[in-house]
Amino acid sequence: MQNCAIELKNIRKTFGPVVANDGINLQINRGEILCLLGENGSGKTTLMNMLSGIYQPDSGSIYANGEEVFIRSPHDAYKYGIGMIHQHYHLVDVFTAAQNIILGLDEKMDIAAVNDKVKDICDRYGFQVDPRKKVYDMSVSQKQTVEIVKVLYRGAEILILDEPTAVLTPQETDKLFAVLRNMRADGKAIVLITHKLAEVLSVSDKVAILRKGKYIATVNTKETSQQELTDMMVGHSVTLNIDRPKYDKPADKLIIEGLTVTDREGIKRLDNVSFTAKTGEILGVAGIAGSGQRELLESITGLYPITSGSIKFVNDKSENIELVGKTPMQIRQVGVGMGFVPEDRLGMGLVGSMGMTNNMMLRSWRKGKGVFFNKKEPENLANKVWKDLEVVTPSTEFPVRRMSGGNIQKVLVGREIASRPPVLLTAYAVRGLDINTSYAIYNLLTEQKMNGSAVMYVGEELDVLLELCDRILVLCAGQVSGIVDARKTTKEEIGLLMTTVGGSKEAN
Amino acid sequence: MTNLFALIAAAGTYATALMFGTLGETLTEKSGNMNLGVEGIMYMGGIFGLIAANRYEALVGEAASNGFLAILIAIIGAFAAGAVAGLLFSFITVTLRANQNVTGLAMTTFGTGVAKFAGEHMRNALGGYVSVSNHLKASFSLKIMPSFLQKIPFVGKILFGQPHFFYLGILVAVLMHLFFTKTKKGLYLRAVGESPVTADAAGINITKYRYLATIIGGGISAIGGMVYTMTTAGCVWIEASLGGVGWLSVALVIFCTWKPLNAIWGSMLFGSLMIMYLWIILPFFPTELYKILPYVVTIVVLIIASMRNNKEKQPPANLGLNYFREER
Ligand SMILES: Nc1ncnc2c1ncn2[C@@H]1O[C@H](COP(=O)(O)OP(=O)(O)OP(=O)(O)O)[C@@H](O)[C@H]1O
Ligand SMILES: [Mg+2]
Repeated sequence: MQNCAIELKNIRKTFGPVVANDGINLQINRGEILCLLGENGSGKTTLMNMLSGIYQPDSGSIYANGEEVFIRSPHDAYKYGIGMIHQHYHLVDVFTAAQNIILGLDEKMDIAAVNDKVKDICDRYGFQVDPRKKVYDMSVSQKQTVEIVKVLYRGAEILILDEPTAVLTPQETDKLFAVLRNMRADGKAIVLITHKLAEVLSVSDKVAILRKGKYIATVNTKETSQQELTDMMVGHSVTLNIDRPKYDKPADKLIIEGLTVTDREGIKRLDNVSFTAKTGEILGVAGIAGSGQRELLESITGLYPITSGSIKFVNDKSENIELVGKTPMQIRQVGVGMGFVPEDRLGMGLVGSMGMTNNMMLRSWRKGKGVFFNKKEPENLANKVWKDLEVVTPSTEFPVRRMSGGNIQKVLVGREIASRPPVLLTAYAVRGLDINTSYAIYNLLTEQKMNGSAVMYVGEELDVLLELCDRILVLCAGQVSGIVDARKTTKEEIGLLMTTVGGSKEAN
Repeated sequence: MTNLFALIAAAGTYATALMFGTLGETLTEKSGNMNLGVEGIMYMGGIFGLIAANRYEALVGEAASNGFLAILIAIIGAFAAGAVAGLLFSFITVTLRANQNVTGLAMTTFGTGVAKFAGEHMRNALGGYVSVSNHLKASFSLKIMPSFLQKIPFVGKILFGQPHFFYLGILVAVLMHLFFTKTKKGLYLRAVGESPVTADAAGINITKYRYLATIIGGGISAIGGMVYTMTTAGCVWIEASLGGVGWLSVALVIFCTWKPLNAIWGSMLFGSLMIMYLWIILPFFPTELYKILPYVVTIVVLIIASMRNNKEKQPPANLGLNYFREER
């Protein structure tokens, strides 16, 4: 077939006892966007890594343009026109964009020519890159753009993107998709991995589904639905809904008044923010990315210097405890837990070479008395997270680094939630999680709320915020533009508040 | 004030040994290999450089021996010894994937041991001590710059009153700087040290770059040991005197924030600090305390660099870590 760029036949790949891929058949066509869908740990990244030369299959064959090929190294992959943009970017931080782009190429180091060619590619597909900018000065989405340009510069005809949208704002995602559509029109073959079903339906032509390492089917996007895809992914029919019970005796837990913070450059990141978080309530935080969500959570946990204002924690004896001026460790001891999901999952709070149990212990060791640690408690915690969130791992001792991206994240979030703090702060908790697990997280948060915790949830998807939260605080340019009742508001109202500085403070 | 200039001028010889040691280790570390065996490598360079010159002279006879050739042969002897050590280090860490710190420390023990054994063996074989004739000694410490330049007030002695090795060191530093910043191979080498995954994905041969950088780096460091024995130590093998030069070089790499050009003035500074006790004598201030000054300065620089969080002054991001494609 003329249209078929890559064909995989009966691919199998194991890592010791873990069977990551088994019996996979897949066809990647030119001029088409193929979405690869599957739960966390179902083997999507592994499969694509075999196309990009990182891994070699144990058995099975790969055909490029109808001929069998063996891709032994990333260099080989480029020879066959395959370029992959990984979940964790492959860029040298201290190099400029141009230096990164020409890395390993056999051409002369002529920066002016490189700049021209980069500009050419950008113009053709509609994005922007400053070739002279150092990578460490770039935002996540700029880094991603450099990765894409790098791959195109090498003349890739087949582009694989592993969860490119997990770390992008909705606006950036739209831009990326526009670029992908241009590439499709240009006859390139594109494979996209994402967990967001809405994205799958809006951008792809076909969807291939993996489940627990096995190939299930490829369907035409036009002929399927969100529900059907979910069912195929999970293997049985699932109902996705969040119940939102009401807690009967809400009480003030965290009282924030006039909170103002400024960054190093002296720009106000939060401006006179006041609100109250109550027990038995999930308080959603909405806003365009960079409106101060991160600063808000970091200020509460003591990680961000506070210019003025107060943050009071109400303890069980109804005493107000001022958190401003306390160290992060003291704040944690008071009972404020943070489930913040960073862009670099392994960078924050997990030790890659240790298993789940030991990573649980990292959080709780301070509680123990005496010289020796108590392994029972972390072990139980690890087992609970393993079961509740269906973490895909052979055992609780398996190094977390070897787990799939989403499963690492389950450990990170699960640990925070399971430690049951009176105040639980979460940001982007479901980034990179499959839809089934996302709902498991939502339910865990609701469970916490019904246990009398005050939960704050920073999220991107308005639909989820509307369904999950009791009240929603909307931030715009560091100011509170409104606090609304999630049961009564609409997407449109929130959307409007997100873009209105100051807003109108009626609710609360 | 004059005293200070004289101090710096006098530090030049010692600084040259440090400069080579540092430049070699900088090259190695840029590839992501952290070879803590510099101390051992410089010991080996010290003895094998001396033996090479000594054997050359024994072969052609004292009268026929040529200063330039003797220097060249000493350089080759030292370089070869250091290169072998670098090869061994690469084999153990890159091919066998052993821990770099442990391997480096073992290299230090191994290198000093080999050097001491070789020195002792030669001493016994030659009956007495290993050295070279006076006229060769003079060639090794020759000041090559014209004397009118040396007479420039204050800085003349510092800039132009140094033995030839000093200028050779500067040349190596400048070439290395150009290599890192202006050539494609240099860019690739840095990529290997910063992010081997990225380099590998770009089709750069990680193994080749790490081996070559470590071997050549080891050779250059070893020349530093040779310079020390042939100049500061006066062409005789005194086991204990080389002690610590390698470690100081490792500290200096950090002090110079992995930039070869900084090694030029950095080694002068460290050299001056090391011999300061001879020039500035404070009562009740033990000389040993002077000798820790370079390390104190290094720590201060480390603190400042990390406080500023300056990305350009950080070690290669993957320094000390082995690379294996399928591991994650
Ligand atoms: N290098 C490795 N060593 C050991 N096990 C591995 C390795 N790479 C992947 N695995 C295992 O293979 C399985 C599939 O992992 P993979 O990363 O392909 O999942 P994924 O579908 O990309 O999941 P996610 O959506 O969470 O990113 C996981 O169970 C993981 O633990
Ligand atoms: Mg993955």
